[in-house]
Amino acid sequence: MALQDERPGRLRRAPENFLTQEDIQAVQAGRRSFMRNAFVAASAAMGAPMLARAASGDSAIMNLPPWSTSLGQPVAARPYGLPSKYESNLVRRESPGLTRVGGSSVSFAPLQGLFGIITPSGLHFERHHQGWHDVDPGKHRLMINGLVKTQAIFTMDDLLRLPGVSRIHFIECGANTGMEWGNVAVPTVQYSHGMLSCSEFTGVPLRDLLEQCGADFKKGRYVLAEGADGSSMTRTIPMELIESGEVMVAYGQNGEMLRPENGYPLRLIVPGVQGVSWVKWLRRIEVGDKPWGAKDEAVHYVDLMPDGTHRQYSSIQEAKSVITSPSGGQILLAKGFYNITGLAWSGRGKIKQVDVSTDGGINWRRARLESPVLSKALTRFNIDWVWDGKPVILQSRAMDETGYVQPSYGQLRAVRGTKSIYHNNAIQSWKINESGEVGNVQVL
Amino acid sequence: MSRFSKTVVAALLAGCALGAHALDRYPGLGRVATAEEVKAWDIDVRPDFVGLPKGSGSVDDGADIFENKCASCHGSFGESNEVFTPLVGGTTKEDVQTGRVKALVTGSFPQRTTFMKVPTISTLFDYIQRAMPWTAPKSLKPDEVYAVLAYLLNLAEVVPADFVLSDQNIRDVQNLMPNRNGMSTDHGMWPGRGMGNGGKPDVKNVACMKDCKTEVKLTSSLPEYAQDAHGNLADQNRLVGGVRGKQTVAPAEGDEKAIAGQPSTNAIATALATEKGCMACHGVANKIVGPSYQDVAAKYKGQDGAEARLVAKVKSGGQGVWGAIPMPAQSHVKDEEISKLVQWILSGAKAQ
Repeated sequence: MALQDERPGRLRRAPENFLTQEDIQAVQAGRRSFMRNAFVAASAAMGAPMLARAASGDSAIMNLPPWSTSLGQPVAARPYGLPSKYESNLVRRESPGLTRVGGSSVSFAPLQGLFGIITPSGLHFERHHQGWHDVDPGKHRLMINGLVKTQAIFTMDDLLRLPGVSRIHFIECGANTGMEWGNVAVPTVQYSHGMLSCSEFTGVPLRDLLEQCGADFKKGRYVLAEGADGSSMTRTIPMELIESGEVMVAYGQNGEMLRPENGYPLRLIVPGVQGVSWVKWLRRIEVGDKPWGAKDEAVHYVDLMPDGTHRQYSSIQEAKSVITSPSGGQILLAKGFYNITGLAWSGRGKIKQVDVSTDGGINWRRARLESPVLSKALTRFNIDWVWDGKPVILQSRAMDETGYVQPSYGQLRAVRGTKSIYHNNAIQSWKINESGEVGNVQVL
Repeated sequence: MSRFSKTVVAALLAGCALGAHALDRYPGLGRVATAEEVKAWDIDVRPDFVGLPKGSGSVDDGADIFENKCASCHGSFGESNEVFTPLVGGTTKEDVQTGRVKALVTGSFPQRTTFMKVPTISTLFDYIQRAMPWTAPKSLKPDEVYAVLAYLLNLAEVVPADFVLSDQNIRDVQNLMPNRNGMSTDHGMWPGRGMGNGGKPDVKNVACMKDCKTEVKLTSSLPEYAQDAHGNLADQNRLVGGVRGKQTVAPAEGDEKAIAGQPSTNAIATALATEKGCMACHGVANKIVGPSYQDVAAKYKGQDGAEARLVAKVKSGGQGVWGAIPMPAQSHVKDEEISKLVQWILSGAKAQ
């Protein structure tokens, strides 16, 4: 690769805009000498007059690329647009060995490469209990029964005619970070925190539908949501959340219809509550006076405590944050300036503050919260940082509007032990060593 | 639920459909559900047994149904850990007495089986009825659900071998469930007033900013042997920016990406196998219902005519080589696709 020979300034990108395999191996094999060479070259170039460099300039500049010297593709060449082929590394991925059958499994969103707060629909994490289907919307029905004056059927035609609302909310699986309760188990933020996504959902407040059916809000303090898939998954939702107007029967996601993997054509949106309650392919809502004790509230999604009891109906996702870059499995290319960036969220409301530590939690600095900061939505935070080449441990710590502060592993385990599986919201630590490699570590 | 009130509701509906209160907030949207429609979908069974259908089934009948429809995933005795976590195991006679599973306290059993956790027998009835068997959910009749559940209860040593479970005695069996007293709702994570402690968090931290502790105690990091367990991290990060992914796997010979964004032959083959539904029964490296592709590759390695034989097997189905469960004919897969898949399998069936 020509990069080594014609490096005119500081460490810079290869013409194709990425380091070659050899370069990366060189970085890993002898970080120090690679860096030294780079800086020697840099200072040499800095001293040289601009004109002297022109003779041997950046080949990405000197040799005009094909996209500057030929005709591009016409409109609608791809009627449904796709990401650049250079972005194919950022896809949903499974964690090998986590589950043994793909129909009841999970794929993780590539948080390490995402910007802002909205998860592209095609990268939204997946969790299915008995496989996904592409449901025919013309044949989909929503039934509302139980403690209502009129048990009713709604078609998608009916639902799309009702007044729709659009709201941005995060969805996090209750088992997100579940593999890490006892010790570090996975290398990157995709696997440690990637059962997390955030979308703009469009739909109808469930309260409106229940009022249309004349629900008995006095006696009916619980609602059952049921899916149309093979597992016809069920979860109990408290009526308080529905009365608040937050719970939605949604058909839209990020401006288009829901994706099949996310419940097309209809799913429940339960802001602040773990993903399993956001029932996909929603076919039925029942109003009742007691919780249902469904499989996913009596066998799974129960949190084992140190005394051998399980917490049942634990649903709220408490405040949590994670630095998405630099993060586990990445390598910093050089010393100097970095933007530490990450996500924070709380099932109890808005994020009020995020603090970042670069010394493993001894000292903290306030991060910038980027707008919008919305209730029960992901919030993007950023903070300036200059890496001096020495080992560091990065952490982020969220506080929500109730004043609740994200706990350390030591604090969380002191109460809940290490076998809980669900609702791990501990502070995440990333260790950067001298070679710039970022690793997943745990700090009490 | 609400099976009790079905007739009452039906009577009400007849009146409501014409009345002023029915579906009138948004005129013309939604229609009244018929009693038959509600009955067809409202199959849930609550812990207080509202919604439980009448019926009965014996341990013996359950054993037969289980062997035919459930054992391929769960093992003949509900003990298998191959596809799902075991259903049965880890509970004792003493647990049946106390209603608390001791192994959850001592950690003396390697897994947490279904019977170690489930407090309510209704949960099992409801779930078997709505979601099982795996590939044909909702196909069991109520008597068959009672029978399968009776068999599982017998395996868990909750009921004797000559037991017949029914809607009449299911409440008595509830009082024998090994973990019936093992659940708590005393926490702050239920977003309603009906259960829990009103939303009070159990873990407390403060937003200390300076000199918050004297030392950084590192308790865990990713072990060396696990560095490449999630594949090559260099291929899981963006190609530009201040960071790159770490090279954790040396690129396999002949499997290098020609250009970024071009999937490898292995990736194309696994995608095809997934799309055609092959992966529902075969894992790349693990047995599911059928053998893993890597096991198939090992078995036929170096054999003359293996490709043609395997192509024929995929096309018309087979049975006996890997056990009693037959593989159906895969007529929905095109010939050239079958060839491509078989070639990939025989080349060693690498995942990516």
